[in-house]
Amino acid sequence: MSTELLIKNGRVIDPANGIDKKCDLLIVDGLIAELGKIEKSAQNVIDATGKLVTPGLIDIHVHFREPGDEEEETIASGSAAAVAAGFTSVVCMPNTNPPIENETDVEYIHRKGRQARKTHVYTMGVITKKREGVELAEMGFMAEAGAVGFTDDGNGVQNPAVMLRALKYAAMFDVVIAQHCQDDNFAGQGVMNAGLHSTILGLPGADALAEEAMLWRDIQLVKKTNVRYHAQHISTAGAVELIRAARKDSLPITCEVTPHHLLLTEDCCAEVDTNYKVNPPLRTAKDIEALKEAIAEGLIDALATDHAPHLQSEKELEFLTAPFGIASLECALGLYVKALVEPGILDWPGLIKLMTEKPAKIIGVDKGTLGKGKQGDVTIINPNAEYEIDVNKFRSKSRNCPYNGWKVTGKVEKTIVGGEIRFGA
Amino acid sequence: MALRRKSKQFRWHRKHLLGLRELSAEEITYILDTAKGFEQISTRSVKKAPPLRGKVVVNLFFEDSTRTRNSFALAASRLSADIIEFTKKVSSVSKGETLLDTAKNLEAMGIDIVVIRHNAGGAPKFLSRNINACVVNAGDGFCEHPTQGLLDVYTIRKIKGSLEGLKIAIVGDIAHSRVARSCLWAMTKLGAEVIFVGPPTLMPTQVGRLPVSVSYSLDEVIEKVDVINMLRIQFERLGGNPFPSVREYSHYFGLTAERMKRAKPDILVMHPGPINRGLEIESEVADGANSVILEQVKNGMAVRMAVLFLVNQAAAQKN
Repeated sequence: MSTELLIKNGRVIDPANGIDKKCDLLIVDGLIAELGKIEKSAQNVIDATGKLVTPGLIDIHVHFREPGDEEEETIASGSAAAVAAGFTSVVCMPNTNPPIENETDVEYIHRKGRQARKTHVYTMGVITKKREGVELAEMGFMAEAGAVGFTDDGNGVQNPAVMLRALKYAAMFDVVIAQHCQDDNFAGQGVMNAGLHSTILGLPGADALAEEAMLWRDIQLVKKTNVRYHAQHISTAGAVELIRAARKDSLPITCEVTPHHLLLTEDCCAEVDTNYKVNPPLRTAKDIEALKEAIAEGLIDALATDHAPHLQSEKELEFLTAPFGIASLECALGLYVKALVEPGILDWPGLIKLMTEKPAKIIGVDKGTLGKGKQGDVTIINPNAEYEIDVNKFRSKSRNCPYNGWKVTGKVEKTIVGGEIRFGA
Repeated sequence: MALRRKSKQFRWHRKHLLGLRELSAEEITYILDTAKGFEQISTRSVKKAPPLRGKVVVNLFFEDSTRTRNSFALAASRLSADIIEFTKKVSSVSKGETLLDTAKNLEAMGIDIVVIRHNAGGAPKFLSRNINACVVNAGDGFCEHPTQGLLDVYTIRKIKGSLEGLKIAIVGDIAHSRVARSCLWAMTKLGAEVIFVGPPTLMPTQVGRLPVSVSYSLDEVIEKVDVINMLRIQFERLGGNPFPSVREYSHYFGLTAERMKRAKPDILVMHPGPINRGLEIESEVADGANSVILEQVKNGMAVRMAVLFLVNQAAAQKN
């Protein structure tokens, strides 16, 4: 006997197929079966009147800390947070302890994800062994085990010859090489943007140039190799310029932007609140403007949270020593709406595209659309519901979120993964 | 006179002294006026007054210090407080006891005032948000050293009468100097014009956004200024190679007797100490007639007594 789930009367948004209309959606046996006016009845019916029905949201940049730092987050707690935030797929970063650097590690992440039974859990593998930037990791074995890309995230690959070798080698596998663009020689020990506040506080600053120098270098390497490259969490106006030029040259380069680089500036660091300590650092209003323009122009391919949970005890340190990171997975949608939909930079279909179709393409998975026969990953959103972010209600294990108390609009009502209601049942 | 009357009506309300940037001119003047009253305690035969009797001050020092630590200890003891000395090399990682736990443990012993020196800018501010005791910043990273800034303006005011309209050069490693920052805030708030002098590699990022002018030439500046504050080259903090050699640095930025010939005759020569004689300043100048370097140290006592007195009073009013 087949299982059926019928979602009635929603505004169905499926950017990949150019659909934005009020209709019904039927999922049969975990797969999208039909989209349109559906008269027949089904075993399970959801009334989505006044709601958005979108492909399941995808976050290609999260840190779930497992293995190694399970006190901060686990794949179970992280994916519970993700599914409550409307995400049906997430990509874990490999900078765990130890890092994800062979097929066994990749399989471990997948197994933990399956056991959690919340979202699809993917992982990237490291580019270099131990993320040391010296020797290539076993990209082939990891790709065969299902790694959806490679990055030394947390570090950029400093040595240009090593990066070139990584891109060349990756050409065998049709995978994406993702980079945390930061030249450590420029960034020094920077703990915030190099600017007025780092000067007043006398704290080491990371210059925008640190990000731009590595991105510029990598673009030259991509010109040589033509391998798919993804710039993670770009944060500066200069980086936007570089992406714009690369796009003109039709290079296979994509990039992502986080909520915090769209909403917060270095001014937030003035009171040395470590919840604002993040890497790349919060920049300036001018950089935010440039990022938003880039999004309006279609230069940015994905929105990604860089969800980076940390214990309160770790964040209750001096700004100089506290770890980098903001835990924002659970309020991501509301933040994107505030940053992009409310000011009219994107409409809902535009936003959903950057959270579904395009990130799916970057990691090369057959997801992010509601096309017939695709996996039944669906998110139902109330676009008008306003709510206050309360970190104490997070399913994530961590509370290092500077948005506590913010009022945002756009609430996830139900998250359906493979035809099964995993949140909001 | 008008200023003095105004400052008498003024009520100090801060239980922490975290930096001078957040203080108003009125608040700074009030501390200086209060310090004036404490100055004579050090000249009495019985060098003791009772305002902090029964109070406990902890010197929580995560960085080496001789002058500031002793000055605070002596200031606290002259006000009859009990003093705990707590010296600890800061650990670079989050392992081990955190700053917050250390402070909370001390607080559990019943301390009233934490005098903190720390290598991380903003650490005193962070601490003040998380404990009940008063927090006095005795130097945090490259951010501020408020009592040094206060004793510098105290010394200038005492000799020149006022800072209004004075031109003051601060010379040396500005980027790594908390003294330069605290001095900048205090001096400009009190009406002086400040010039940072040093090589571009020792200027902080976006220095142009601070209320200061910048010069790379001590020779151009020396003739114009009423006060010159020579910073110590802090070899322990210099990252990389910001100037090619000590010899070349001294050539351009050392305060020599030769350069002093072109200075105003009544220029005040200051230095927060400890001095690298013959490097940023020649002995002849450091010990010369225009030098107020030891006067600064003496005034530091009065200023620190005033600060401890005021934060304690504000805490008492709040509780």
